Amino acid sequence: MSTGSSLTPPPAVSARRGRLALGDRIFAASARGAGLLILLVLAGVFVFLLIQGAPGLSVDPKEYGQGFDSFWAYAGPLLFGTIFISLLALVVAVPFALAVALFISHYAPRRLATPVAYVIDLLAAVPSVVFGLWGGRALSQALKPVINWLGEYLNWIPLFKGPASPNGQTALTAGLVLGVMILPIITAISREVFAQTPRLNEEAAIGLGATRWEVLRLAVFPYAKSGVIAGIMLGLGRALGETMAVTMVYSSSPKYMLNIIGDTSPQTIAANIANNYAEASADKQHVLIAAGLVLFAFTFVVNFIARWAIGRGERKLAR
Amino acid sequence: MKTTLRRAIVPGAAALALAASLAACGDSNTNTAGDTAASDGSSTLSGKLAGGGSSAQGTAQQAWMAAFQQSNSGVSITYDPVGSGTGRTSFESGAYAFAGSDAFIANPSDEYTAAKKTCGADPIEVPSYISPIAVVFNLKGVDSLKLDAKTIANIFNGTIKKWNDPQIASQNDGVSLPDTAIHTVHRSDDSGTTQNFTEYLSKAGEGAWKDEASQTWPSTDGLSGNGTSGVITSIKGGDGTIGYADASQAGGLGVVSIKVGSSYNAPSPDGAASVVANSQLDASATDSQLIYDVNRTDTADGAYPLLLVSYLLACPTYADASTAAMVKGYLSYIVSQEGQQAGASAAGSAPLSSDTSDKAAAILDKIAGQ
Repeated sequence: MSTGSSLTPPPAVSARRGRLALGDRIFAASARGAGLLILLVLAGVFVFLLIQGAPGLSVDPKEYGQGFDSFWAYAGPLLFGTIFISLLALVVAVPFALAVALFISHYAPRRLATPVAYVIDLLAAVPSVVFGLWGGRALSQALKPVINWLGEYLNWIPLFKGPASPNGQTALTAGLVLGVMILPIITAISREVFAQTPRLNEEAAIGLGATRWEVLRLAVFPYAKSGVIAGIMLGLGRALGETMAVTMVYSSSPKYMLNIIGDTSPQTIAANIANNYAEASADKQHVLIAAGLVLFAFTFVVNFIARWAIGRGERKLAR
Repeated sequence: MKTTLRRAIVPGAAALALAASLAACGDSNTNTAGDTAASDGSSTLSGKLAGGGSSAQGTAQQAWMAAFQQSNSGVSITYDPVGSGTGRTSFESGAYAFAGSDAFIANPSDEYTAAKKTCGADPIEVPSYISPIAVVFNLKGVDSLKLDAKTIANIFNGTIKKWNDPQIASQNDGVSLPDTAIHTVHRSDDSGTTQNFTEYLSKAGEGAWKDEASQTWPSTDGLSGNGTSGVITSIKGGDGTIGYADASQAGGLGVVSIKVGSSYNAPSPDGAASVVANSQLDASATDSQLIYDVNRTDTADGAYPLLLVSYLLACPTYADASTAAMVKGYLSYIVSQEGQQAGASAAGSAPLSSDTSDKAAAILDKIAGQ
């Protein structure tokens, strides 16, 4: 239907076009509205954190507790703990997730690939509080022998310095639980990008006599790299913000340490807020909200870095 | 298009209808129950009352609300166990008509000023819930131990590292103590239980406990658990662990008898209540406050000074006469002997002594509408 025509369109068509234009306008407006609203919500969260958190930077040092004398002395170990536990989760999840994704996209027969993919996706639907209960009560008990063994024989590695925790509620347990939690998101995204590798590239590699592994290395990985990084970053984002599971699984304190099998391990910002908010005095609540602002800012930075990495990867690929 | 739409809507509508009919059933049920109570002619109170705060009081509040609403069918009370800090903040801002708190509002403080401003007068604070705190442990082959406060302080500050340490062994003749490492368990969340436990250690510990009382555990070492249940789970999960928790939750674990005077007393509601009854009021207390400086070194027979006192906060006057009447009625019921017995059987708390109960009732009697 040409719109540039100077002839008057028959009345029926013009009425229909009028209706279409109205629908078009409504749809465009609601889409634009939704886009702006989400920005507004984000800005609202940021402003709230800023206003409520600002007084927390200058409260009476006694409010921090546990011997901390300034906000940064208090927030520093918590930020360290957040990053540390999240990296632990990534170390657990990334190799597994990539292997599972490759299995689904390139190795498994279709009959097996579909149900496996389905089950992995299902894992994402398990509420984190359920993971928390399972990790804190069942997995921690099951890991006790492992933790004791690590503490006895591998205690020259700083991560396993020990002495081993008696009840298994350690950062190692939390890292495993968190790893399982972020596995589906990384797997799902990696699987999609692996499957999107141009068929021709793969066939060309096979034609040149490449083995299955060489096909993956030469054709699939370079193509999928930025997508996989995006998936990992999304997983990292989930791990950084995870609250319930880490609060319930392991015993933690705000301190710098690498030992992941001892009585206590570094606490995350989210767990610290969840632990202390209910009983906090008004001043301490401001301190906790300020810690939340730190987490908010940090996840923002991580996402920016991720975008930058992905963008760079895509430019390289285009060249 | 039409069919899919209908398909989508019909089940939803059916669910709504079902929910509505169920809700109607629920309503009629409460009405019948209420009518019988009202026909007893026991009360003229009616309306909604919102409060919240201390989670320690949570279980007891459930029992109190149920009993009070039974005899006052027109009253609907909610108590949100959001934690003492949040409860106090909401009370100070006027969102709650009353609040429960494991710590009284110290005078002077910003919080006190805020509460006074909201109430228009000095706020009312009375004890409502006393509960002994037990030192509990999990050690193979040992069911009970006797320890003095100094030894407990040394265990929790990390000076005593093994269960067969001479300081423990000397107080426990005939108990065979293993060479197991001690793992202490503390609350990872800020809590009134921690506040009272550290206060006990610092006042009764003969200098072994260097830190001040605080609701945040002062050290970053040792195992921790979230909430009372988290601490209990943590202790049950490993051998050689020791921690502190509300005595009513100590089931299945070894319990420490603490040294009081020259004897060792196990946690008991009566022992806790008698300590509170014999304690001095806090120096800052106004006429409308029944706040105690708990005597942690009480040596009376059977006393158990390791305990938690949780308070009720209310205003002496309310803008709305019916709110005032409800607060007065409900809070008076809580501190009455009847209410205290109901709380004790539901939550294992220690009933207030009759003297304390009378004093609290006299203060609550002042509540009036403007």
